[in-house]
Amino acid sequence: MTTESISPPGRTAAPAPESSSAASVRASRASWRPGGTRAGAIAANVTGVLVIVLMAFPVYWMVNTSFQRGIDITGPHPKFLPLGTLDNYRKVFHQGAFLDAMRNSLAVTLMTVVAALFLALLAAVALARFRFRGRGSFIVAVLVIQMVPLSALIIPLFKVMDSWQLINSVFGLALVYLVFVLPFTIWTLRGFVAGVPVELEEAAMVDGCSRFRAFRSITFPLMAPGLIATGTFAFIQAWNEFLFALVLMNRPAKQTLPVWLQTFNEGAKGTDWGGVMAGSTLISIPVIIFFLVVQSRMSEGLMAGAVKG
Amino acid sequence: MTAQPLSPPRVPPAPVVARRRRHRGTVILPYALIAPAILVLGLVLGYPLVKLVLLSLQKFGLAQQFGTPAPFVGFDNYQQILTDPELYTVLVRTLAFCAVTVVLTMALGSLLALLAQRIHRFIRVTLLTMLLLVWAMPPVSSTVVWQWMFDSQYGVVNWLLTKLGADFQDHSWLDTQFSFFTVATLVVVWMGIPFVTFTVFAGLTQVPVEVLEAAQLDGANGFQRMRHVIVPFLKPVLLILTTLSVLWNFQIFNQIYVLQRAGGISRDTNLLGVYAYQVSIGQNRFDVGGAIAVVMVLLTLLLTGVYLRQMAKQEDQ
Repeated sequence: MTTESISPPGRTAAPAPESSSAASVRASRASWRPGGTRAGAIAANVTGVLVIVLMAFPVYWMVNTSFQRGIDITGPHPKFLPLGTLDNYRKVFHQGAFLDAMRNSLAVTLMTVVAALFLALLAAVALARFRFRGRGSFIVAVLVIQMVPLSALIIPLFKVMDSWQLINSVFGLALVYLVFVLPFTIWTLRGFVAGVPVELEEAAMVDGCSRFRAFRSITFPLMAPGLIATGTFAFIQAWNEFLFALVLMNRPAKQTLPVWLQTFNEGAKGTDWGGVMAGSTLISIPVIIFFLVVQSRMSEGLMAGAVKG
Repeated sequence: MTAQPLSPPRVPPAPVVARRRRHRGTVILPYALIAPAILVLGLVLGYPLVKLVLLSLQKFGLAQQFGTPAPFVGFDNYQQILTDPELYTVLVRTLAFCAVTVVLTMALGSLLALLAQRIHRFIRVTLLTMLLLVWAMPPVSSTVVWQWMFDSQYGVVNWLLTKLGADFQDHSWLDTQFSFFTVATLVVVWMGIPFVTFTVFAGLTQVPVEVLEAAQLDGANGFQRMRHVIVPFLKPVLLILTTLSVLWNFQIFNQIYVLQRAGGISRDTNLLGVYAYQVSIGQNRFDVGGAIAVVMVLLTLLLTGVYLRQMAKQEDQ
């Protein structure tokens, strides 16, 4: 059960699956403050600010550089205010390759997320709602698969995809990503399905609902936070993945964004840092927006979906 | 005071309804539901895995890539890599890098979570938002940013160090093995901290207030409360976090690959994942690369075995 509590999207994930227990909800609401001296509190806060500065600096530096003019970037003294120019962004957008890569990344990511949620939901229901022969072995298989280092599979996977003529195919890459995220999504969603008491479904079935309808109108809406959490996981994996995109999509027009960035970074005329940082910022933005949207939607879902008692 | 009674509520075991009201449909239904997942996993993961093992038992170089039949050679490839000192060098380097980054990530991440509990609300929200940004950044972007900060000519780090009095003008960080791995460690730890902090922070909010108060009333000081209440309560979470970090940092690829392309000497800085990739794709020795990859799979399963056992056991209960 512990995996559920560490499902990927950060602090939102923790209370979700076990929200059926009133006790844990209460415990998480009342945050306990350790006692301490005033000096201790000040030291803690100062440390906190320092940590923020240290952790944030690379992000800030990326955004800052992306707005600097070339002469300022290579000048003797770095400029610390991002007020220079939009040229770097213009340059990136005028590169045909960037827009191609954006399109490929979006297509691959979307396909991965939709397929992963659909297949994982089916499997999760089977695991959480039924006892059947082979259930145990399937669960163990899912766990072990998660541990296989994917970079080890690059060569055989290339051969297999090649024999299916899925090299340089958005569909092929999405298929590979689907397989990478599926074990985790199944495992996590299983926890969310199990978190909705089966009695609710049974009650609906007593009232004359079919099994499917009972699931669709009772359990499915209650596990919205779970779907959002696992969807985010799949989104981030597919959006960020580099190695397989590098090997399986070897035509320039088929690059995804991370591969495009790396190629741009290695440009022949020496690195154009302004452009690379602008590209870097652009690639990060969708993920960050997605994260922030999910943050609020997730707690909403928790409020609405909590099954009390 | 043990962790037992405090452990968080369990997800109820798979219900027995199916057994109670079994009609013909329900016998087939679960299999129909997992069939698509099994099909995809089998074709795109299982099949390549089998191919990988076969590949490692064949002679498979450039000629075979272009159609010459590949003869079986038994364990020749394994013998070749296991007698090559380079594999051991790379292996030790990989394990050392993994150990250092995991310890640092876990320690710093957990400390930040404890810190987050103690600071002013506003600072805490800023800190967590910052960590969210760091976490959301694609690894390639992050690595490229660090590469830029450590750039020998125009990098801000050299500028700052020179400003502080040291002579770091045009100092190249990626040239020597030690400083290459210093930069790589910084990147990997920086990227890994948010996940640990978020998870531990979430875990800390679940530690029952009553027990902490009781401990305080009984005279336990901060350290004792940490050792006897908080750590036992968080143990499962910490175990899983450590395992996942080991898993991820053992097979790290992107960061090393990008930094090597930026000027690292790959012979001195290869880790297992990059090494297998280079032998396979760089030198067209797919057979030997395959054998290295198989060794890597086995080592990973070995390293994460404890975790797997734990999970399987929980499933049985």
